[in-house]
Parts: sequence; structure tokens; C-alpha cells
Amino acid sequence: MNLRSVAADPTAATAASTAELVDATASLGGRTVWSGVNLTVEPGEFVAVIGPNGAGKSTLVKVLLGLLPLAGGEATVLGRPPGEASDRIGYLPQRRSFDPGLRVRGIDVVRLGLDGDRWGVPLPGLGRMRRRQEDDRRVDEVLGLVGATNYAQRPVGRVSGGEQQRLLIAQALVRRPALMLLDEPLDSLDLPNQAAVAALISDICRDQGVTVMLVAHDVNPILSYIDRVVYVAGGRAVSGTPHEVVRSDTLSRLYGTPIEVLTTSDGRLVIVGHPEAPARNCDRHLQHD
Amino acid sequence: MIPAHWAAQGTAIPLTWNILQDVRQLFEFHFMVNAFRAGTVVAVAAGLLGWFMVLRAQSFAGHTLAVAGFPGAAGATLAGLNPAWGFFAFCGAGAAIIAAVPRARAGTQGAGFSEESAAIGTVQAVALALGFLFVSLYHGFLNGINALLFGTFLGITDAQVGVLVAVAAVIVLALAIGGRQLLFASVDPDVAEARGVPVTTLGVAFLLLLGFAAAEASQITGSLLVFALLVIPAATAQRLTARPAASIALSVVIAVAVTWLGLAAAYYSSYPIGFSVTTFGFAAYTLAQIATHRAGGRQA
Repeated sequence: MNLRSVAADPTAATAASTAELVDATASLGGRTVWSGVNLTVEPGEFVAVIGPNGAGKSTLVKVLLGLLPLAGGEATVLGRPPGEASDRIGYLPQRRSFDPGLRVRGIDVVRLGLDGDRWGVPLPGLGRMRRRQEDDRRVDEVLGLVGATNYAQRPVGRVSGGEQQRLLIAQALVRRPALMLLDEPLDSLDLPNQAAVAALISDICRDQGVTVMLVAHDVNPILSYIDRVVYVAGGRAVSGTPHEVVRSDTLSRLYGTPIEVLTTSDGRLVIVGHPEAPARNCDRHLQHD
Repeated sequence: MIPAHWAAQGTAIPLTWNILQDVRQLFEFHFMVNAFRAGTVVAVAAGLLGWFMVLRAQSFAGHTLAVAGFPGAAGATLAGLNPAWGFFAFCGAGAAIIAAVPRARAGTQGAGFSEESAAIGTVQAVALALGFLFVSLYHGFLNGINALLFGTFLGITDAQVGVLVAVAAVIVLALAIGGRQLLFASVDPDVAEARGVPVTTLGVAFLLLLGFAAAEASQITGSLLVFALLVIPAATAQRLTARPAASIALSVVIAVAVTWLGLAAAYYSSYPIGFSVTTFGFAAYTLAQIATHRAGGRQA
């Protein structure tokens, strides 16, 4: 079987790709997380990054954001080195919900995504009013887009997990990014909310023309929406269409241990025998080292 | 400056039913005018910085910074210097020490179990012990210890007011420039960092400013009662509204109001300033709790 990006000819990638890794190695605290990773994400694609806990999915996101320099190889994001195009990337970090006591409204959190990195205070007059009005309109627009208008005025810690995720997606979207990096946005949501948020992200990807890379534990809630899967495991990564990647021989090779992928009658994929349990929660520890 | 009969009795200025007369009497003496000047400046600085402190859940750090001012002021007195310099020097140094300890990100660890709180607790204990040592070394200073710990509004000189104004101006200017980035870094550090906001640098700068604000407030409320100006107005404001701009403005207004009321009450009664300011703050906080509790769902 010929997998598209791992070990594929890296020079074949066009300069117009949204994100690209060539023979990339990432390490945290002297330990290699993954190595030899080649990856090309094309504009407008909806890509899922899947893998067990601790495999380095969040590390991949941090590399693309420029928060973690590569230990080897090369990375390009939106045609520039990682970190230089951060104003065109919408980022939703792994988390974490807001503290229930946080007395800031949802709309303020979204707005900070728009102007939170500006210096100075917004004073009326001095030609700033027009910019503020434009900002207000844009914030209202994205709140409508994610369906958060009704609870945007409430303190962000007081809305439900699904509502918080929608607000955070609005925050990531508010600056009209070319690329959205969403780190486990479906984590800690119940199944109906997972389906609803996955559908919302898919709509945004198609309608707004935004490239989306979404990190998830489980491929199933997003299976019907995604163009490609990047499967991170065992210090390496494989990418391709879901049915190229999520199958017994590919995953067995990746993990180096027999893995069986079963398909249920409704098309869901069940992965049997993958060695996730010992590595549980490593992701979170790695993140904050 | 302080009228002899007033200082001697500690009270005895009659409160009348003529409010105009009372207010005029309040400003009759220059020491009282200076107390109002200093109190107002301090309240503005504390209301602003305290708002961010409450938002960032760094009250324990703020309290420790304030306590660090106590050995500073006691040591300055021992060395024959103005206590104000001791407040600023030690609060600033305390901020630098706490900033050197890595801060756990909100939501990733239980705040009560993070390395930061253990380190801060250690700083606080050492600071109190050091303050007690300086007080013991300075015999006959024991009357002054009350003022350092629980506040005073007597004998504030024009020069001291000048220093308070200068430091408060630095605080206001810094927040005017970097306040929005600080808000972003406080509410959403991961996203802010990815956007290029200098989250760590802002955290250190914030602690230093908080140290200076605590040093300012200490000079009115004393080291142990700085929370009357640093926490209570901010917590009350955040209780009343979740709009950041309105909330910050409200925090400053409440801080200034309780300071003015506290000064007036201390002037006309025999009760100390630390008590009166705290009591008015507590009343505001309680009223806010009751009002928002009764309003129920009204959150914004």
C-alpha cells in the first residue's frame, strides 16, 4: 500500500500548501516524541490528527504554531517558518474548561481573539470608533456563525462545556484565519455535542474556506467530515484518507504490534488491541513540562 | 500639623447634622487633606491592580507581597529611614522572588497544590519573622507596629503624597499600555501565547506592579489589611458585572469610595482607619452578594 505523505517525495508538495513538515523530528526534554514525519496539508482540507495519549498530537500542533522548535527537519506554515504567520492561525488549545468563578463574558473571550494582542486601551474618538464598530460587527458575526449569540453575554465559566467549545471556536475564527488548529475540541463533550460541534467545524471548513487540523482521540465523530487522517503513534506518523490509514496493516506497522480495525454496520471504526492504556494522560504532562 | 487636642484624645471632633459643615471640618487640617490625597491615589492603584489579581486568582501572592512590606517598613524605621521606602523596596523584592517561581497555569493543576503556593507561603513566613525581628531590635517602636500592620492616616507629608502619586502614575500608565494583553494572558494564556503575547513577561511585570500597589495600600491600611483595597473592591465589582471595562471602573470607584468613607469615619470616631475602610468594603461586598443573589440569573 502506498501512503501519501509518509516517505512520499517531499519535493512534490507545492509551495501553496497550508502546512508542511519534511523529515521532521520533535523532542521534549531530550526525549524524541516523533521523528521522520512528512506531512502536507492542502488549503481547504479538513484533517484529523488521531492517536493515543502521549503520542505527540499536541506536540505537532505546538510545532506548527512555532511554540516548539523542531529538533530536526523542516516545517513551513502558510508559506513561512512556524510562528511567523501566527496572526493567520486560529488556535484552540487542549483544555480545560474555564473556571466557574471567572467573571468575564463569553463575548469578551471571543473579542480577545480579535484584539487581545493589541497594545493600548480602546479609547473613544481619534478615529478608533470605526475600527471598534467593525470589530463589534465581526464578533457578532462569528457568534452567530457558531450559534453562541444567546449565551455570549453570560460569564464564560457559567456556560456548558459544549457552549464553551463553540465560543472558543468563534474565538479561533474571529480573525478570519487561513488555518485553524483545534486541539481536542471534542474532548469532554457528550456524544450529541460531539456530533454537533464536529458538524459545525466541518461547515466552517467548507463555507469559510478555512483549512482545519483537528486533534482527536477518536476518529468516529468526525469520520464522515474529514478529508484526511494523520495518525500519530509509536514515534511516527502516517497520513492518508481514513480508509487508507485506519486499517489493520497500517496501524499494526505503526504500533509495531498487531492491531485489528473492525467496521461496524453503521460504518464506525473500532480499533482493537492498541496499546493506549499505559500511556494514558501523558499528553497533558508533556504539554506543561 | 496634627492638632494637639485631636491627637491626644484620638477623637472628639463632633459630628453634626450639617453635612456641609462636617465636610468642611473634614478638610480643615492639612494632615487630613493629605490623607484624602494619599488615600485616593492608593485606592485607584489598588482598585486597578486588585481587579487583575482577583481575575488571575493570585490573591495569595498579593497578600504575601503586602506582608513583605512589613519587615521593609520596620527595617527602614530601624535604619532611620522613611518607612515608605521600606514598603516599596521589600514589596518589590518579594514580587521578584515570587516571579522567579514558575506559575502553574490556571486549570492545569489545582491551585492549592501548586509549587507556587508553597513557595509563596514560605516567603510570607520569612517576611513576618523578619518584620518581628526588626521590631524587637528597635526598642520602643512597639507602638508603631500597629500602624505598620493595621494602617494609619496620620502624618502623611506632601513629599509622601508625591511619591504615592508617582508610583500610581506608573501603574496606571503600564496598564493603559499593556492592560488588554494582560487581560488576554490572564483569561486565556495558551491562546495568548500562540498569538505572540509575552505571557511570561507580563506575569512577572504584573507581580512587580502588584508589589508596588500593595506597598501603596499598606501605607493606608497597613500590611495585614491591604486586601480591604486590593481584593474587596475588585471582588465586589466582578460580582456585580462580567463586563471587563465596567468591572475595572467599578472596582476603582468602590476602592475610592470606601477609602473616603473610611477616612471620614476614622476622623469622626475613635476607631482606626484599617477597621473603618475594611468595614465599608465588607458592607459593599455583602450588599453586592445579596443583590446579585436576589437577581438570580442576571449575570452580565
